[in-house]
Formats: sequence, C-alpha cells, structure tokens
Amino acid sequence: MSIAWNDYPVGDFYDEIISSPGNPRKPAQKLFSYLKSLNSEDISSRVNAAELAIKEMGISFTVYTDEGNIDRAWPFDIIPRVISKPQWDKTDAGLKQRLQALNMFIDDLYNEQNIIKDGIIPEFVLKQSVNYRPECEGMSPAFGVWAHVCGTDLVRDKDGEFYVLEDNLRVPSGVSYMLENRSIMKRVLPEVFEKVDIAPVGDYPQRLFEMLGSLSPRKIKKPVVVVLTPGIFNSAYFEHAFLAQKMGAELVEGSDLVVQDDDCLYMKTIAGLERVDVVYRRIDDLFLDPEVFNKKSVLGVPGIMRAWKAGNLALANAPGAGVADDKVVYAYVPAIIKYYLDQDPLISNVETFLCYDEKQRNHVLANLDKLVVKPANESGGYGMLIGPHSTQKERDKFAQLIKANPRNYIAQPTLALSVAPTFVGKHNTPEPRHLDLRPFVLQGKTSYVTTGGLTRVAMVKGSLVVNSSQGGGSKDTWIVDTSTEGKA
Amino acid sequence: MMLSRVAERVYWSGRYLERVANTARLVSIYETLLLDLPKTVKLSWYNLIIINDLEEAYNERYSVRSERNVVKFLLGDEDNSSSLINSLTAVRENVRTTRDVVPEEAWEMICELTLYVQDNLELGINRRSRHEFLEDVIKGCLQINGLLFGTMPHVASWEFFSIGYNFERADMTIRYLEAGLTAILQLEDDDHAVNSQQVIWGNVLRSLNATQYYLRTTRSPVKGQEVLPYLINDPHFPRSIAHCIQSIISSCGTLPQSEPIIKHLKKISKKLDEQVDFSDAGEELLESLNQLQILLTSCHFIISDIWFPND
Repeated sequence: MSIAWNDYPVGDFYDEIISSPGNPRKPAQKLFSYLKSLNSEDISSRVNAAELAIKEMGISFTVYTDEGNIDRAWPFDIIPRVISKPQWDKTDAGLKQRLQALNMFIDDLYNEQNIIKDGIIPEFVLKQSVNYRPECEGMSPAFGVWAHVCGTDLVRDKDGEFYVLEDNLRVPSGVSYMLENRSIMKRVLPEVFEKVDIAPVGDYPQRLFEMLGSLSPRKIKKPVVVVLTPGIFNSAYFEHAFLAQKMGAELVEGSDLVVQDDDCLYMKTIAGLERVDVVYRRIDDLFLDPEVFNKKSVLGVPGIMRAWKAGNLALANAPGAGVADDKVVYAYVPAIIKYYLDQDPLISNVETFLCYDEKQRNHVLANLDKLVVKPANESGGYGMLIGPHSTQKERDKFAQLIKANPRNYIAQPTLALSVAPTFVGKHNTPEPRHLDLRPFVLQGKTSYVTTGGLTRVAMVKGSLVVNSSQGGGSKDTWIVDTSTEGKA
Repeated sequence: MMLSRVAERVYWSGRYLERVANTARLVSIYETLLLDLPKTVKLSWYNLIIINDLEEAYNERYSVRSERNVVKFLLGDEDNSSSLINSLTAVRENVRTTRDVVPEEAWEMICELTLYVQDNLELGINRRSRHEFLEDVIKGCLQINGLLFGTMPHVASWEFFSIGYNFERADMTIRYLEAGLTAILQLEDDDHAVNSQQVIWGNVLRSLNATQYYLRTTRSPVKGQEVLPYLINDPHFPRSIAHCIQSIISSCGTLPQSEPIIKHLKKISKKLDEQVDFSDAGEELLESLNQLQILLTSCHFIISDIWFPND
C-alpha cells in the first residue's frame, strides 16, 4: 500500500518539507521523491530498523519518575528535517555573533560592569539573577570567554524565519543525540545519502576537544582534558560518556578528582595523582565545589574553584556563565549585541514581555490566555504556562506567581512553530508535528557552529513541548546544498 | 594514566564477561553429564548451586531443588547476583561507565547480547531449546572477547581486563575440580564406580573446553590422577590454574606499583609446584584445593588495595 502524501495537510503552519499539497520545498525535493517511492511496508521496515538500531547502539536517556529512574530508548522519527545551505549560513553567522556578544557581556558583568554604568541594563536585573555568582567577580578566563559551549534553541515561525527562543549557557545537552541521529539515518536510509548533498555533522567532538585544549593554563603539548559527569544517574550520562569516548578524553566523576595544597587539580590514577588542565564540566555550578557552593554536594570536587581562581585550571563552561541565560537577560540580547559589537542581530529574538515592568506586566496579566509565560531561570520546559492550552485555574495561579515575583517571569506570544511530516501511529501515517532546533555553538579563540543541530519534535498532535523528558522525539537535521545538484 | 575507578570497572567487566560464558557452559555441560551417569548415581542439579557457593541465596528463593528452578536461578534470576542475566547486566553497566577505554563496537555488541538474553530467556529455561540458547550466549561472549583481543591496545586497560578474566577463569577451574572431587567422593563403591569416575572427569574437562588438548598433551585416557595435574599445572592450557596465574603475573608486571601482588602470585605458583599425590582422590586433595582457592581470593583484595579507589 502506498502512502497518501497528497492527503497530508499543509497550510496552518510553516512546513519544513512540504510547501503545498503534494509539493516539496526545493532542498527537500529528492528526499520527498524518495519517500514517495516507499510503500507502507517499506516504511515500516525502516521504522523498525531504526528502533532496533537505537536499542543495539544503546542510545538511551533517563527519565526520573516516582517509581525510579527509567532508561528509555531514544525516540526518533526517520523523516529528516531539511534546511537550505544559504539559510543555514546566515543562521551560523548569527549564532556566532550572539555568543560572542554574550561572552563579552558576562566578562563585563564580573569585571567593570560598564553595561550597567552606561544604563543599558538595570542593576537589579543582575542583582536578582539566581545565576549570578559573586564568587566569580574579578576573574578573567582565557580569551575573555565564559560560555564555551552554548546550545541555542531556535524556532521557525510562520514566516519561515528562525528566531532564538533561549540561550543555554550552563550545561546544554543533546549534541550526542544529534550525532547519533545521523548514524541511525545512515544505517536506515543509506540510499538517500548517495543522491543528496548533505553536510556532515561528525567533526563536533574534535572541534570541542581542540577548543577545550586551547584553554589549558599550562602551555604544554598535550594538556590533560577531562569530562566531569555527575554520574550514571544523570539524565545526560549517555552523552557524557559518548563525548569522552569521541574526544579521547577521560570521563571522570567528582570522586576521581582532588585539589592539593598547591591549588592544582589532580585525578586519581593507578599510578598515583596526575595533574588535570581542563575540565569540561557537566555538573551545575551549585554542585561544583562544596567549599564554595552547595556544602552538601557529593558530586563536585572540594577546592576546584580555588584551583580555577588561582589560574591553574580551565573550567568549561566557566562558573557563573549561566547569568546570561536568565530569560530577563534574554530580552536584552539585541541591545547587548548592539552595545558590545555595534551590530544588528542577525537572528531575531522572539518578542518578550518583562513582567517587572509595570506596563508590560499589565499587558501580560490581561492576555494570559494568549501568551506563554516562563520562569526566568528554569530549563527543560518546566514551570511554564502555555496560555492557549491552559485552564482558568492555571492562569489564576500564574497571575499570583507573577504578582508575587515579577522579576522571575517573562511572557512571549504563542508562536506558530513550524512543522514537519512525522510518521505516527501503527500505520506510520505522515502527520505534521511541531519542532524546534538546537544548534551547538563553541567559542574559544575562534567560534564554531554545528551543521544544523538537534531537531526535537513534539510527538503529540498540536503539542509544542519538545523536551525528551516530556514525551518529545527527534529527527535528523539536514543542511542541503542544492547549488551542486546536476554537477555530479 | 588510567583512572583507578576505570581500572576497577574494566577489571570487573573482564570477570563478569567470563562468568557469563562460564555459567552458560556449565549449565549446558551438566545436562549431558546427568544423561551419561548410571541411574544409581544420585547427582542432582542442586550441585551447580553448591559449586557456585549460592546455597544461601537459592534456599531463600526456592524450596524445591528441581532442574527448572536451578536453571532459572542460574540463568535468569534477578535475585542471584551471579546469574547469567545479572552478570551480563554488570558487564553492560561497567562498560557503559568506561566507554572511553573500550572499543566502540564492544558497547554495541554487549547491548545486542543483553537484548538477546532478555528477550529469549525462556528458551534457556526450557529444556528443548536450552542448548541452542546457551550456544548463542557463548558465541556472543566469544565475539566480544575476540573484538577486545583484536582491537584493544595492550595498555593498562587491556591488562586490567585480562587480569579480570584470568582471575575468574582460575577461580572457575578450581571450583570445577572441587566439584568433580566431591562428586567422586560421593560415589558408592560398586561396579559402576570406575566408569562413573571417568564420566565425571570427562565432563570437568569438557566444561573447561579441555578434552581435546588434554588427550593430546597427556596421551592418557581420562582419569583423575591425570586430569587434576593437567588442569592445575599445565603451563600452556589457557584455563589451567598455572597458566591463569602466570598471565596475571605478566599483566601485573606491566602496571605501576605491582610488587605486593606479584609477590603473592608467586607464592601461589610455588604452591602449585609442590608435589601432590593425585592418585589418592580424597579429602586431603580437596583441602589442598580449598587452600588454593583462599589464596586466590586474597589476590582480589591486594589488587583492589593497590589500584582501585579506596574511599
């Protein structure tokens, strides 16, 4: 039985693959004609092959539930999302620009605070930011960079343009899934790769490793780089192990490390202690060092902040970098780019209302049923109100929350998030599902952006929640160059 | 240099992987042993529980010592920390936390094998399909071992893996010898005794994949006074205790700070060299094997003291 692609609904949202009933967008043309050539048996055998590959490759993530932690197989849809190369090149430049400005901003905050003195950002925004770390004041990490790895969430609105939804500057995860999605695709749909010019994604771990090595305070040929994980119970453990393996770096836990009286960091090896130069830490600031932050943390390393402040160690991302992924700061990013780089942002923000401002707050309170309200410092899609899908009771609750702590909330219009065909149900019927995109940006001496990123899909019809912890799935992301077509 | 924690996990990966293969082989051989013995000999499946020192755990779980219960306990019981499925899960968890030092494909193969065992456990418990299931598990282990052997550079991580599996092997060989001796001591002194002894030693050899090389090396029919020294002292057979100890000594020799363990291992080698009268398969011999087992077990603690995390 063939798939009724002409019945696939188009029009309510920007569709990544299909532009009008039965017609694909240009970069997706070859993909679409390939998909059309498959009957439902072909499709289901490929869907099953992908599921099996995921289990065999051991690609999993952890969900925390009341009944304990469950290791789930990674949810994946075999239809990729396709972006044209010219559009991606522009996005790439915009992401680099944005991270560059954010790093200058963070460095300024912990030092001169010129941006506050010049009246661009009010001081209380900073004072009340839960991710501001006074312990970091006066520090100046290598290249002035605090956020070395950034996962920026992008969405496409009805107009087909990308907008930045949020910047994740603390310990963003997902890049391993981006890489694994590509390996699954190559196993399951190898035929398409022969026909379409798809940009490879595989060099991320090497770029990450080079960037980390360049941060070493000891100028030696082979600095010791480690990945610090909270351990096997962390939801991103798979990724920590994956990246360590792909970089050839040691995967360490807090108990493997120790800071000696010389304020240097060492790892415990079978031959005794060995000095560590760079830590790619995947532990939150507050658990990093019980001497300085959460006293009860057993995940961190006592004294690691001492070693960092003494200049004997590089931490990526630097502690305190999270101050810039506060959602109130987000609203100021266009101004931040202008202030530090004297440029206009290449990628726009989503319109954002700041609840601490009385006028904007009143607008938010009057339009709760139309807006998305977010707490300033949560990630993972928790603690949000999605206005159009909310009940009166939920809206009342959020009105109270906003009034009690206006600084902690922002609101944004509900976006018409773009969709892409996704196989759903036991018959693998293609239906539109909403998605977002998380590219990963590196900054050390130079900057680097992944080709594409991790595409996350809300698997429930009409849902906008893409987080894997809340039932989201994923797709491979293709940056397709159509200019070379016909030449080969 | 290698992290202490990683060294410990790699060592346990080696041990558990070997344990998976040993358990599979043991169950599959035992089946044929029982079929070969005369009906007057009362050997029970429960002996497998005794060989593995699992009496306490078994009796908490089951009251009936039936074939099905024993096999289920050894292969699929979640409460038995040494069951095949738990050993395999332990390999998987250890590899999962040391993925940076083992070859990428190893992780995938271990996931595959774990999935296979989880999905087909019932095949192993049912008598008719058991042989094929166990063969598949053994092949899976061989495949993983082959991959590691063929691709891992012989640096510290390899040495710890190798110490782990050699240790487990030596331990198993002693257990099988003890089991064989115990079974023989239980035989009644009747017309069948000589024949039964041969069946028992034959199966000890088979459960260690040793029959072919035993015959070639000793040029002797299967009998206790030849089987015992072969499995204890043959310098070339990979599952003989002497060979395992020698391999552990040479692995340890490549690692830092290894003096105390090498000294201890040499003590074991020396004990192996002592003249023993193998023609008298009695309590004295059993006691001497027991001593050997205790010496071997203490190796683990010395290794752990030197190289593994101590907090």
